[in-house]
Amino acid sequence: MTIDQVITRLLGNRAVSPPKPHAPGAVLAEAREVSLRLGERPVLDGVSLAVRTGEVLALVGPNGAGKSTLLAALSADLTVDSGEVLIDGRPAAGWSTRDLALRRSVLPQAATLSFPFLVDEVVRMGRAPWAGTAAEDEDETAVAEAMAATEVTRFAARSFSALSGGEKARVALSRVLAQRTSLLLLDEPTAALDLRHQELVLTICRERAAAGDAVVVVVHDLGLAAAYADRVAVLAGGRIAGDGPPAETLTPELLSDVYHHPVEVLAHPDTGVLLILPVRQAR
Amino acid sequence: MSTTPAPARRAGPEDERPHPLPGSGGRPAGADHPGAADSTDHTDSTGTPPSGHRTRVARATALTIGLLAALVATALAAASIGAYQIPFADVIASVSHRLGAGGRELDRVAESVLWNVRLPRVVLALLVGASLGCAGALMQGVFGNPLAEPGVIGVSAGAAVGAVAAIAFGLTVFGNWTVAVCAFLTGLATVLLVYALSRSGGRTEVVTLILTGVAVNAFAGALIGLSIFFADNAQLTEITFWQLGSLAQATWPKVLAVLPAAVIGLVAAPWYARKLDLLALGEKPARHLGVDVERLRISLVLVVALLTAAAVAVAGIITFVGLLVPHLLRMIAGPGHRFLVPGSALAGALVLLAADLAARTIAAPAELPLGVLTALIGSPFFFWLLRRTRRRQGGWA
Repeated sequence: MTIDQVITRLLGNRAVSPPKPHAPGAVLAEAREVSLRLGERPVLDGVSLAVRTGEVLALVGPNGAGKSTLLAALSADLTVDSGEVLIDGRPAAGWSTRDLALRRSVLPQAATLSFPFLVDEVVRMGRAPWAGTAAEDEDETAVAEAMAATEVTRFAARSFSALSGGEKARVALSRVLAQRTSLLLLDEPTAALDLRHQELVLTICRERAAAGDAVVVVVHDLGLAAAYADRVAVLAGGRIAGDGPPAETLTPELLSDVYHHPVEVLAHPDTGVLLILPVRQAR
Repeated sequence: MSTTPAPARRAGPEDERPHPLPGSGGRPAGADHPGAADSTDHTDSTGTPPSGHRTRVARATALTIGLLAALVATALAAASIGAYQIPFADVIASVSHRLGAGGRELDRVAESVLWNVRLPRVVLALLVGASLGCAGALMQGVFGNPLAEPGVIGVSAGAAVGAVAAIAFGLTVFGNWTVAVCAFLTGLATVLLVYALSRSGGRTEVVTLILTGVAVNAFAGALIGLSIFFADNAQLTEITFWQLGSLAQATWPKVLAVLPAAVIGLVAAPWYARKLDLLALGEKPARHLGVDVERLRISLVLVVALLTAAAVAVAGIITFVGLLVPHLLRMIAGPGHRFLVPGSALAGALVLLAADLAARTIAAPAELPLGVLTALIGSPFFFWLLRRTRRRQGGWA
């Protein structure tokens, strides 16, 4: 190999295949009988789950149930021990890193940054996968709209490192939205947020689903899941304990069982939205 | 692929943050909530965002122009000043004469001093400085850590082991390139070693990195000591020169010997800039954005080894340029690597050219070793940086 070839290979930018539009209800990501061990511990045990366009799918369950691991498997971060993960109809390993980035965006649990980039620079990073494609023209609007949606526009010129935890989380979400993929995988996007911004984030999820995207969101707040998700998958001990519309899956029996704590489910007197509360002693 | 992301929410009254009433006297909302600190509120769904990015780009552009101007001026000064003074006008005349752009030939002595002594040294300083500055910026980007630097973490010393061994054992396997090739090989091995030793769980802890550097520097020092033990007197002088770091023996063949490695490294480096930006988010987010992190790291380690070896092969161990330069640039123009990587090459060249000029004029007719000079200035800066990092993180995390 000549030096030129070595450099071309190292620098090599293989051709990418931008994703095609999907029909409503199309399966964008799917886990089939997925089992996975981290170290000695089995974290996922025969999990099957399909993620469809036009739908907000909430992953709920107690700590250590395997929610984040399932999300990581669906985002092709982890290779599964048995079973199969399909993304956009192809086994996850069959996509190049770049092609995956055009198909799914991932919000990690914690937003970190090694150098003091500004907020608008961070959000702009979400456009990186589209460099050199026709969608590059959308860069400016995608960034502006993502920042407006997450209400971070007014600290666009500030350093990311100087933001509060909740602000960082919104900037990270903004970066994910700017990536404009049809599959969004969000790991606890509401964890660091105040009440108003929790509602805002799930409203954004709804809007993306309505626009034809598929959204998977890991949440701990069952009330949020009940109010905003089209479908809820309850994980417990690495298995799917329930999968369906909130009213069918979020039942007192199932929840009391998986959380090992009595749970009551009430309907809001005015709206009928499910209210899910742990049973507490009167004081 | 959706092209209709969430439209901005209508801001109804319930959407507003609580504001202190004007004149209500209370603490401003910003005092306890950083999110409410700036008063230019309500720009969320309208108009252009305030872009600090554009400010940084403007600064970077101004800085690039300034650096280029300073580089030309310093190069001119470095070619002119010395034991045998050559006026600026003569330098320009002679250079343009040889470039076939008018000018005139100088007298024999001046012509010889300029072309056989000064200019090779100027060019070598530019190459070495650019390589070190650029290698520093790349390495900090790869490690996601502003304290990474070829000298500090021992890569320079590792490259020097190969070079010193090549001198001490009189190796000539690769002819004129032997020293450079040996420096590259041991430099590469050292980068890989440091990388493997100092990373755990996809992160590089400051403490681990610095301690790995201490260990690697000590080990390299021992190997260099061993080579010295086997060297004869002539080789000993050559090796000592090396360890102190110097450009005093600059010749055109030496320039040619480092040129390929330095040029390949410097040309390849900016290509990785955008990916390095993404790497700042962490390995997984970078991968989610389409960066093949493993390949990026290996490529960059190669480039860093190439640049460091090029510099070390001709100039010996010159520390802190790669640490100081990217850091200062980041403070002025932000951490974006599209400017930082080429900018660090420019600023590194300037710093080394100026340092070399100082090294040979401050104590004239004697000459200070260049590596000693950069370490004298660089070490206090390093202390300051360590303390600042420590204060910010509240400990050695």
